[in-house]
Amino acid sequence: MYDSTGETTKRSPAEIVQTARAAFERGKTKSLEFREKQLRALLRMYNENLSTIMDCLAADLHKSKQESVVLEVEVLINDLKNTLQHLKTWMKPQHPPKGLANMLDNVIIYNDPYGVALVIGAWNYPLQLTLLPVAGAIAAGNCVVIKPSEMSPASAKFMAQMIPKYLDNECYHVYLGGPQETQELLQHKFDYIFFTGSTTVGKLVHAAANKHLTPVTLELGGKSPVYLDKTADVNVAARRILWGKAINAGQTCIAPDYILCTKEVQGKFLKAADTILKDWFGQNSKQSPDFCRIVNDKHFQRLTGFLKNGKVAIGGNVDQKERFIDLTILTDVKPTDPVMQEEIFGPILPIININDAYEAIKFINSREKPLSLYIFSKNKRDTDLMLQNTSSGGTCVNDTVMHFGVETLPFGGVGCSGMGSYHGKYTFETFTHKKSCLYKTYGAIGEKLGSSRYPPYSQAKINLLKFLLKKRPEISFHYLPHLLMFGLGVAAAFGLKYAFKYMEYIGENAN
Amino acid sequence: MAKVERELILPSTKVSPINNDNPAVINIETSETLPVTKYDRNGCRKSASEVVSIARTAFNSCKTKNVAFRRQQLKNLLRMFDENAKALEDALKKDLGRPRQEASSFDVEFTKNDVITMLMHFEEWAKPEKPPKPLPNALDQICVYNDPYGVVLIISAWNFPITLLLGPLAGAIAGGNCVVIKPSEIAEATAQLIAELIPKYLDKECYQVYLGEVMETAELLKERFDYIFFTGSTTVGRIVHAAANKYLTPVTLELGGKSPAYIDKSVDMEMTVRRILWGKCSNAGQICIAPDYILCTKEVQDKFISIAAKVLKEWYGDDVESSPDYCRIISDKHYSRLNNFLADKKNIAIGGKSNAANRFIEPTILVNVNPNDSVMQEEIFGPILPIVIIENPHEAINFINAREKPLVIYVFTKSKTVKDMFANNTSSGNLSFNETLFHFTVDTLPFGGVGFSGMGSYHGKGSFDTFVHKKGTLERNFAAITEKCTAFRYPPYSESKTNRISIIMRPRRGISCKYLKPLLIFCLGVIVIIIIQLIYYHVTDKHLL
Repeated sequence: MYDSTGETTKRSPAEIVQTARAAFERGKTKSLEFREKQLRALLRMYNENLSTIMDCLAADLHKSKQESVVLEVEVLINDLKNTLQHLKTWMKPQHPPKGLANMLDNVIIYNDPYGVALVIGAWNYPLQLTLLPVAGAIAAGNCVVIKPSEMSPASAKFMAQMIPKYLDNECYHVYLGGPQETQELLQHKFDYIFFTGSTTVGKLVHAAANKHLTPVTLELGGKSPVYLDKTADVNVAARRILWGKAINAGQTCIAPDYILCTKEVQGKFLKAADTILKDWFGQNSKQSPDFCRIVNDKHFQRLTGFLKNGKVAIGGNVDQKERFIDLTILTDVKPTDPVMQEEIFGPILPIININDAYEAIKFINSREKPLSLYIFSKNKRDTDLMLQNTSSGGTCVNDTVMHFGVETLPFGGVGCSGMGSYHGKYTFETFTHKKSCLYKTYGAIGEKLGSSRYPPYSQAKINLLKFLLKKRPEISFHYLPHLLMFGLGVAAAFGLKYAFKYMEYIGENAN
Repeated sequence: MAKVERELILPSTKVSPINNDNPAVINIETSETLPVTKYDRNGCRKSASEVVSIARTAFNSCKTKNVAFRRQQLKNLLRMFDENAKALEDALKKDLGRPRQEASSFDVEFTKNDVITMLMHFEEWAKPEKPPKPLPNALDQICVYNDPYGVVLIISAWNFPITLLLGPLAGAIAGGNCVVIKPSEIAEATAQLIAELIPKYLDKECYQVYLGEVMETAELLKERFDYIFFTGSTTVGRIVHAAANKYLTPVTLELGGKSPAYIDKSVDMEMTVRRILWGKCSNAGQICIAPDYILCTKEVQDKFISIAAKVLKEWYGDDVESSPDYCRIISDKHYSRLNNFLADKKNIAIGGKSNAANRFIEPTILVNVNPNDSVMQEEIFGPILPIVIIENPHEAINFINAREKPLVIYVFTKSKTVKDMFANNTSSGNLSFNETLFHFTVDTLPFGGVGFSGMGSYHGKGSFDTFVHKKGTLERNFAAITEKCTAFRYPPYSESKTNRISIIMRPRRGISCKYLKPLLIFCLGVIVIIIIQLIYYHVTDKHLL
């Protein structure tokens, strides 16, 4: 069924990997110019195909234009621009400080590409979650095999058709297919695998990576809790929580999964939520063009099952034909209910009542480590308590999802929510092997100092070696730039003064 | 998603009350008695699941979150080295026949330095990092917390049973983890000593030593850990990686591989020979980063051999076996494996003697070795150094690239062009020019393999970073202006909202909060001078300068 989508898919995985490896081994992707050219081509691909992209996302998920622009295309474009701005600096070998024993040597860390990378994308943000890591892999100088999710077929087809038109045909390949094809692909040797998806499939990828001990990044999911206390501005908090849950109809790996709050806060939250949802989607959210649909029937069935848990406080409408599920808030949910046993990944938001922050922490810690933790509170003490005593991939205080957009924060899970992280420079580093390197010379002094290591051994030699290898505190230049800046300010003040005086002098002379 | 919970859950297996007559471990679920080994009596009486559950309870008590606690533990570890240096060196002598100088500098001193490095810096490293803020987050706080993973397993190798075990341990302690320590059973004396010493110096609940052989290690690997740090062979590394699949535990694998040494004719041959032979003869070649084989031209080979003969005589005298400065092979299994490489006498240019009684193998150089010979098919890990003839650096690079990525490549040359050729066209864990082993001692260089030579890296700050999860955190406030600036994201969506967000999100060249601080300090400098001048003028009625 995938043969009709384009020429690339007709080739076997073996052929694709071989072509990519040959291209890598020829050193094609090594130069900065080549990588920049590819990244610019990718940028052009987004800019020239905006409306096609919107159509694909609408076909796959009924995604609205704003969500497509803001959460997919703009994220990709901005990341590319950021990478293009900094790539030259990132690629440069680093020169770390060195100790006494290496005074006469040179120490360098090279940023080596791994080789051929495999990027397996997810269907919920079919472009962003696939092509963001791809851009990083290209920037780091790898050849890439791209495997889009088969569950978002329009977007997958778009990538299969467009990538070969814009990017180098030997270095970058799109391979389409379902679980069967993915298994076939995973039989082959890759030097890095970047996977976004579920924990179950993540485990299969990790197991396949065992054969060649391929390092992997796993971007998985998990039940990301929201803690909401009474000090929070409940109207603003409700807006931010519901937004995180409403985008892509809750099919976001970092969507708030459930809320932990007291009974009292729950009441206020429900009241605020009711108004907000009417504001956003009108009386009938099925009519709203701004609300997504569930990706397929299987997921629709799974989600409607959850509506039987607890009590429906808001929402609850479904339409099987469109795979529409209203944004639904459930109360009186028990921690043992099915809705609390797996990642919801849909527009259903259960509320669990707890009494205080301690209880919330205990609740969170008794479950798998989540991908994100959301804390809504103005109380600094409770916020710090939560931050320091829970473990999660990332955290966002008083907002949801937005930490994803900060390119200087590493994004990724821990425990069952994943391993490895990316975004901004971290994406580049994910696909880079840090090759450390020691340059020694044949200088007579260095050899003299080092010769104490050779046999025959003696106590005197032991003492000299101890002295040379002893760890000493380094001189910190931490404040030097600040001091220099201050000095420059002082100098500039004097300079200005002289300039004024000189001008005065000229002025007087002219008169 | 796996349903194993992280806290306050009782372990599935329990230990029967400890009784010296009957130390059997009973699995309560299956009622089967696990086989008893000598380790149940001597070292660790607890079952794997009990060890892990004690560590997990200790971690959940947040004991190790406290930085002062970590500092105290690291200090105790340091004291352990100071008070037991001799005992540690003796254990190494017993296991590996290691000369005191090697034991002192490679093991005790080196590992002590690791601990000292941690003590010097870890508090600063543990602080939340403040990365630069992008413009759209000007009103927010962003930081990266260094969260401990939880319960960490460190499995170490026998060739440096102290360095490769306690070096990572220092990093894991500094990172705030609880640790299960599994020394290699092959270096038995050292393992026993460690099992005795650690509980005397470190917290008994947070840091536990678990002794055992293959079966016990398999038991241990069934338990849930939050991080696994393994040093050893690729084969076992793969087993560890497979076991980590169950809970998707992240792993660092410090493996080995055939690390080549390329020599060209531009070098100072005397120094080159010394540096290579030192790397090969220390610990009798049983070092993961020992030069495995040499690539050079026939002409260089001849020169190398003539100097090597002289150097070895100078170091070990006429009879290497009687030198006190030369190690033995760890076990009979490894001895016979290595001895097989010496079967074909025609290639032996230097050495070749061996003695099964004390597992002695002389430093041996094999010349004109065929790439298909058995000695070129696996990591040698012993004092045998084959030389493979190549014609030029291109051929050497092709030879290296045709094989698995090594842990390190050694290049001996004075030519800048050749150095760059190797730096840019080969892939290996590390790279070292004109020296062997020493890159391991530079703690600002990440040490670790790539491909089959391993994944992950450590040393210095890297050892700390290995054992912490970098938790990215965005902190926003409820201020009206913040809400106003981000309200465009809410439905109902419109063209103008979409455009406004695009404008806010766009990355801007040069505008970054990064430059704000230096700019402010610059202005401060200007203002200070102006104020000084004003005061000066006010007081003296004269201009300064």
